[in-house]
Amino acid sequence: MSELDGVFYKEIVEQGLREFPNECCGVIAAEKGVPVKVFPMKNADASPVTYRLDGREQLKVFDEMDEQGWELWAIYHSHTHSEAYPSETDRRLAFYPEARYMLLSLTDREDPVFRSFLIRDGEVEEEELVIT
Amino acid sequence: MAVTVKLPTILRKHAGGEAKVGADGATLRDVLVDLEGKYPGITKNVISEDGGLHRFINVYVNDEDVRYLGSLETEVSEGDTVSILPAVAGGQR
Repeated sequence: MSELDGVFYKEIVEQGLREFPNECCGVIAAEKGVPVKVFPMKNADASPVTYRLDGREQLKVFDEMDEQGWELWAIYHSHTHSEAYPSETDRRLAFYPEARYMLLSLTDREDPVFRSFLIRDGEVEEEELVIT
Repeated sequence: MAVTVKLPTILRKHAGGEAKVGADGATLRDVLVDLEGKYPGITKNVISEDGGLHRFINVYVNDEDVRYLGSLETEVSEGDTVSILPAVAGGQR
């Protein structure tokens, strides 16, 4: 089970709605397993069906996390027209087995759905996510 | 040229869990060949089947994306830092 502060969740939903209908993306950093910061990031694909972090921005954010002693806790993105479940593409491109992959579905923008998954060796396992 | 290579978590298992390792070479390709010699399997998903840099792997030499330099033929200098960073990507399609 993972817990995420409602303030962080709100930040992610707001980003998702702002960038709709394109997918939004970003990462959540943690210190000793406790989320400390959301990094909303640019979707270099600027697409409603795919996302890719901008490489330079990714390097900058990862370096900042290193310097702060933070770990990559979660990678999140939105699905604007499908459920909050990792697609085949998401599974194939899950290169960070240490992080959770969180999906925000904005199929119903009035009622977003946010779920968390571990993706290891292409296998998807959902974990309970509690917004506090 | 001796350089420092920063490894993503997914590749550390090949290098005994180390986050940073040393390698030698005059170009990025030489450095990766040297790494592969020390840690077999570590570059399997970094270099694609056609011998180029894998589409979903970003490599930086001192924070410069090698795709805008010389890709695998990018020259490295003594003391450079090479960062291997898999892309963060996906989407509903």
